[in-house]
Amino acid sequence: MTTGPPAMLELKGVHAVYGKKIRALKGVCLEVRAGEVVALIGNNGAGKTTIMKTVAGLLKPEKGVVRFQGRDLPGLPPDQIMRMGLSLVPEGRRIFSRLSVMENLEMGAYSRREKDLSREYDHVFHLFPVLGKRRSQLGGTLSGGEQQMLAMGRALMAAPKLLMLDEPSMGLAPVVVDKIFEIIELINKEGVTVFLVEQNAKRALRASARAYVLETGEIVAAADSAALLKDPAVQKAYLGL
Amino acid sequence: MLIQQLVNALTLGAIYSLIALGYTLVYGILAMINFAHSEVLMLGAFMALGLAALLPAIFGTGVVGLVGMFILSMAGAGVINVLVERFAYRPLRHISRLAPLISAIGVSIILQNGVFLWISTQSLRFPEPVAIGQVPVFGATISTLQITILAAALILMGLLHFFVERTKLGKAMRACSDDIQTAGLMGINPDYIIALTFFIGGALGGAAGVLYGMNYGSIKYNLGFLPGAKAFTAAVLGGIGNIRGAVLGGFILGILEVLASGYIPNGAQWRDVIAFTVLIIVLLVRPSGLLGEKIAEKV
Repeated sequence: MTTGPPAMLELKGVHAVYGKKIRALKGVCLEVRAGEVVALIGNNGAGKTTIMKTVAGLLKPEKGVVRFQGRDLPGLPPDQIMRMGLSLVPEGRRIFSRLSVMENLEMGAYSRREKDLSREYDHVFHLFPVLGKRRSQLGGTLSGGEQQMLAMGRALMAAPKLLMLDEPSMGLAPVVVDKIFEIIELINKEGVTVFLVEQNAKRALRASARAYVLETGEIVAAADSAALLKDPAVQKAYLGL
Repeated sequence: MLIQQLVNALTLGAIYSLIALGYTLVYGILAMINFAHSEVLMLGAFMALGLAALLPAIFGTGVVGLVGMFILSMAGAGVINVLVERFAYRPLRHISRLAPLISAIGVSIILQNGVFLWISTQSLRFPEPVAIGQVPVFGATISTLQITILAAALILMGLLHFFVERTKLGKAMRACSDDIQTAGLMGINPDYIIALTFFIGGALGGAAGVLYGMNYGSIKYNLGFLPGAKAFTAAVLGGIGNIRGAVLGGFILGILEVLASGYIPNGAQWRDVIAFTVLIIVLLVRPSGLLGEKIAEKV
């Protein structure tokens, strides 16, 4: 895995502590190259969300390198990291429940200077037609699937280069999960690099080209997703086969 | 009689509402009670007094002078509130929930004593901003001063409503109040929005201080305490963190107080008791306030 374009996102020897004592990451190394869909799978508590938070600036790593397009991220606040073109759709969607769907999208585009964003709105409503029907509804009144769509639409309003998704399928009905993964594929075809964290390993491996397996804060496997799908150890631990 | 009392009540209620907005805006974002807010309104009144001495020379005594005094006092109070946040609260924000609260009480004491020691220990006469006339309305007489106060307060509330509902920054403020961490993920700088919130809250408090001075005709270093405490009550009554709740709570409290002092024997002496009795009852019966949502743990 040394060929191809240089890494867009690069983590080297990242250590992080979660809460006061819990050693959540123990020397994580991974990279996401431009144009890829990369998945990170692992069980609950493996440290997947900690990686996402560390990249997005919500958590400061103890040590290690986190680089996005050649720039070091640790120490920068989330709003500055986001403005470099790296958007995180956080675990649990975290939409603004007392803002309307339109206002949520508008906040997604907060960092943009253009006055006319009608193309971006159209794009989001094209990807998620249901949001178009709920424009003036408060975010908190949407169903879980709609909230996930809104969270993704909101992130897309910023036209990110790298979209990071933390557990997009969590708590959603299988039909909705299908829809979400269809959209992920579509977004990627449009040129957005995707870094995906999932407990639902089967879906994540099918949707991605490469994947990492995280166990108690350490990367234990890194390979093409197709190969991991056939790997007996992965099958046993994550695919329930 | 009733109409007369009602106008008195609305005037008082409007002042409470403006102050309550300052508490509620800050609480909405930081879940913190800015105990120094009562001093910000006091300083607003003192700045207006100073400006009233200066401005007529520049703007004349007419409406321009009055509006100028008003706007500059508001801006001054807003800036003071921003400085208080920057130096007394922000450094403590990540330490504990209690630390900024205690710091706020400290700031309140410092500001009050500063005015006490360096400006005046006595009541100072607040100049009449406009010639006060009486207007007969349905058999009652309403002073033009009351109309001015009510109009100014309503205009400010209208402007705040427009800002919060319609502008990008106002929406960002609501987003921060909803979920400040996620707001950061949208590229919103939370520190900037917090400072802006303190500015707006302080400016509204400053405006209330000027109106308070106009209403009572005199100001003193400790004038902020009682209306501050009552406006805080109003904010809790309406549901702290909720903008409409603060306005509603302010007017309800104003009405209760004025009607009680008008219709209960010796009521005037009991008005402060009434205000705080309301606070206790609300806390017992409906801790989240009239328009407040159920208090959910922020994760």
